[in-house]
Amino acid sequence: MNKVIFNEAFCKGCQLCIDVCPKKILALDTEKVNAKGYNPISCTDMSACTACSICARVCPDSVISVERG
Amino acid sequence: MANIVYEKSRGLTDTPFTYCPGCSHGTIHKLIAESLVELDVLDKSIAIAPVGCSVLAYEFFNCDAIQAAHGRAPAVATGIKRVEPDKIVFTYQGDGDLASIGTAEIIHAAHRGENFTVIFVNNGIYGMTGGQMAPTTLINQKTSTSPYGRQESTTGKPLLVSEMMAQIPSATYIERVSVHDIRHITQAKKAIKKAFEYQIANKGFSMVEVIADCPVGWNMTPVDARKTIADAMIPYYPLGVYKDAGGEA
Ligand SMILES: Cc1ncc(C[n+]2csc(CCOP(=O)(O)OP(=O)(O)O)c2C)c(N)n1
Ligand code: SF4
Ligand code: SF4
Repeated sequence: MNKVIFNEAFCKGCQLCIDVCPKKILALDTEKVNAKGYNPISCTDMSACTACSICARVCPDSVISVERG
Repeated sequence: MANIVYEKSRGLTDTPFTYCPGCSHGTIHKLIAESLVELDVLDKSIAIAPVGCSVLAYEFFNCDAIQAAHGRAPAVATGIKRVEPDKIVFTYQGDGDLASIGTAEIIHAAHRGENFTVIFVNNGIYGMTGGQMAPTTLINQKTSTSPYGRQESTTGKPLLVSEMMAQIPSATYIERVSVHDIRHITQAKKAIKKAFEYQIANKGFSMVEVIADCPVGWNMTPVDARKTIADAMIPYYPLGVYKDAGGEA
């Protein structure tokens, strides 16, 4: 399965990745707060990920890695 | 085994960026880091950090670095490149740094045809000091020092740095790019890589102007700021190659 992996500690909750994901499967996890004080990014449906990696390329803080599996 | 399609560049250190959420500086740092790694020159690269929000860039690029006085990065780069001509030297400068206090240094570095690369981040504002007007601030744009919007009658029209630099006879390569969406990020990376390729091939002075945002100084969300680059910045700052005297790298 394709996979997006998040380095949550680096996420600043800017939502740029959410805006560009063609599958609209990214969302901030409002149940969590990271050490920086932000709700970090999460994936709502990993099975829909096409591993296009647009989110990872757009994220200014290199939070996202993408695997094609 | 899963295939890694994208991961953080080893051209960056493990230090988290100090930039505000969604700030273009991070995106641009990534493109520089990826380019240096792909060109296999990271180990012999030297970054010159400016004064501005990217003053700590030396903490983020995984190569040697030095931080210069405000606007003087091209002067420092000149000294380093002349003493160490085999190193890959680049300055990273904001518009307050390059287009205001440092105009003399940038113009004369290009005038002398110094063989280094300049990454010029034009976000139309002084980010670090609290969002003051820059020479690049758009007409009618509100900043902390132009609360009613920039007026041409008292402060002129925004400075078109790439157009100006392209007139300098000894400049080799001048391109303006943007990082507001994935297509433009890809194009920006190509331009940055080409600028470094020219330096590696000893082709002389290269500058890539990157149209960027400052969500905090612009007082908008990161998503709206990226859209504002497309809607307000690019119409005044047309993208494209302004000079290419290097032929194929
Ligand atoms: C000689 C000197 N003058 C003024 C300052 C104050 N100062 C710090 S950052 C800055 C402007 C930075 O703006 P810009 O280059 O656009 O970078 P940004 O912060 O927007 O990335 C100024 C004027 C200084 N540090 N040194
Ligand atoms: S773009 Fe990066 S920092 Fe911004 S919300 Fe997404 S993962 Fe977090
Ligand atoms: S003040 Fe502006 S330029 Fe500086 S880090 Fe924040 S968003 Fe970026």
